[in-house]
Formats: sequence, C-alpha cells, structure tokens
Amino acid sequence: MDSITLIAIASIVTAGLTIALGSIGPALGEGRAVATALSSLAQQPDSATTITRTLFVGLAMIESIAIYCFVVSMILIFANPFWNHIIAQAAGK
Amino acid sequence: MRLSPDEMIFWQYGLFKLNGTIVFTWALMFVLAVGSKLITRKLSTGLERSRWQSLLEIVVTGIEKQIEDVGLRHPEKYIGFLGTLFLFVALASLCTIIPGYEPPTGSLSTTAALALCVLVAVPFFGIKEQGLGGYLKSYVEPTVIMLPFNIISELSRTLALAVRLFGNMMSGTMILAILLTITPFIFPIAMSVLGLLTGMVQAYIFSILAAVYIASATRVRKPTPELDVKR
Repeated sequence: MDSITLIAIASIVTAGLTIALGSIGPALGEGRAVATALSSLAQQPDSATTITRTLFVGLAMIESIAIYCFVVSMILIFANPFWNHIIAQAAGK
Repeated sequence: MRLSPDEMIFWQYGLFKLNGTIVFTWALMFVLAVGSKLITRKLSTGLERSRWQSLLEIVVTGIEKQIEDVGLRHPEKYIGFLGTLFLFVALASLCTIIPGYEPPTGSLSTTAALALCVLVAVPFFGIKEQGLGGYLKSYVEPTVIMLPFNIISELSRTLALAVRLFGNMMSGTMILAILLTITPFIFPIAMSVLGLLTGMVQAYIFSILAAVYIASATRVRKPTPELDVKR
C-alpha cells in the first residue's frame, strides 16, 4: 500500500470518526441542559427571559465542541495539508 | 468546493488581493453606516416618528436592555462596541438571502478579527473601570496559583469565540452548497432558513458572550453605595 492510498484512507476514516464521535457528547449535554431549563421554567415561569437567555448561551458553548469536531472533519476532507503535499509530490515526479 | 469567501477573488494586483471577504465586509459596512446616517438625519422626539426611526429605536433599546440584564451597569458606555458586534454579525448572516452573497463571517479571518477585538476590549474596559492595578489584581484571584490558568482561559475563550462563529457560518453555507448538488429545490430552502436562524442566534451569542466577558472584567470588587436605585 503506497503513501497516497494510506493518507487517503487515514483522512477519510478519521474525518468520519471525528464527526461521528464528536457529536455524541454535545448532543447528550444539550439534551440535559434543555431538560433542566424546561423543569426550572415550569417551577419559576416569572424568570423565563433569564432562563431562556442563559439556556441559549449554554447551548452555544456546548455546541461549539461539536463545531470544533466539524471543522477538523472539514479540514481533513477539503483542506488536507498531507493530501496536498503528497499530490504535489506525485504530480512533480 | 469553496471553503470560504476568501477564495472568491474579484481583483488582483501583485500581492494585493480583493477577495470576497473584503468586498462583502465593505458592502456591509457601507449599508450599516450610510443607512444609520440617513435614518438619523432628522430625529424627532414627538409623537410623529418615521418607521425607520422606530426600527432603530427598537434595536437600540433592545440591545441596551440585554446589556443591562447581563450585569453591565451603564450600558451606554458599551453599546457602541457590543451593538456594532451584534449588528455586523446579524446583518452578515441575514444577507444570505441575496443571491451571490457569501457571509464574510464564513471566513476565519473575519471571525478571528472580531474575536481579537473582544480580546482587546475586555482589558480596555476593565482598566477604564477599575484602573490598571485593580484589573491586573483580578488575574490573581482567588489565589496566585490561578494566574496561568486565568491567562490561558482568556486566550482560549477568544479562540472559542472565533471558531464557534466561523464553524456555524461555514457549515451553513457548505451544507447548502452540498445539498444543491443533490436535491433541487425544497430541501436547500429549508436548510437556508435554518442557516438564517442559526446566524441570528450566533450573532446574539457572540455579543452576549462579549458582554459577559466585559462584565466579569469590570465587576466591582468592593461594595459601593450606588445600588440599584433606578430599578
């Protein structure tokens, strides 16, 4: 198996695994956050605006973990430096 | 597959490139500045107000109330910075309904620049409120051992701001581009509506996080007699 194939396989598999595993944690975390926010909204409907705003800020912070995984996955597929390097090398030969 | 509007080159002269990010940022700046100037030319305080003035009043008082809710006491000091952040990011994502437009926040350069503005603004407002000594002392709270962790947390939340906004904007445009090659009409429209929603939410999140960081930097550490008299 030559380097080009190896790099391609590694990039594709890693990209898929990154986004697959990386979405599990944030999804679970966001589910718990929304569940707790809903129960506290049911207990104290007067502070709905504060709870909602804090909920959105918290969700954005949790979501950013999934976004990091997505960015890494996109870089591996579309802006892969190893792939570019090996292709440039193969084209130069 | 275009990863960012950095790769749309409009004009090139040697080393100096006018790419899509710069052109769309200039267009947004033009719209915001000229629009506000035109609307605020004849402000009225009576009962007769133009619609545009009412729109601006809604926006400005809404942002002021949000800043005050976060804990910043005199929102007029911060609304220039925070309001501009919110309006720029919100307009950048709202204009995606215009065909041929790519949001400049879909490029890491723009979001990194905005995050660096927040990184500079937090010590700026902190020092203005508490003086240099008071602000630097906040880094060694609660103990001196926390000093490197506080510095690292400053830098990492700036990075998080930049990558969060970039990731959300880029993923919206990229999913739309991918879907357009698969299904023709209905699904891309649903995804672009979702993209608008996340764009607005991300604009709100960006400015609220900047407000929270500034609030934690300008938090007065000793009790003052000026309590909530206005409320």
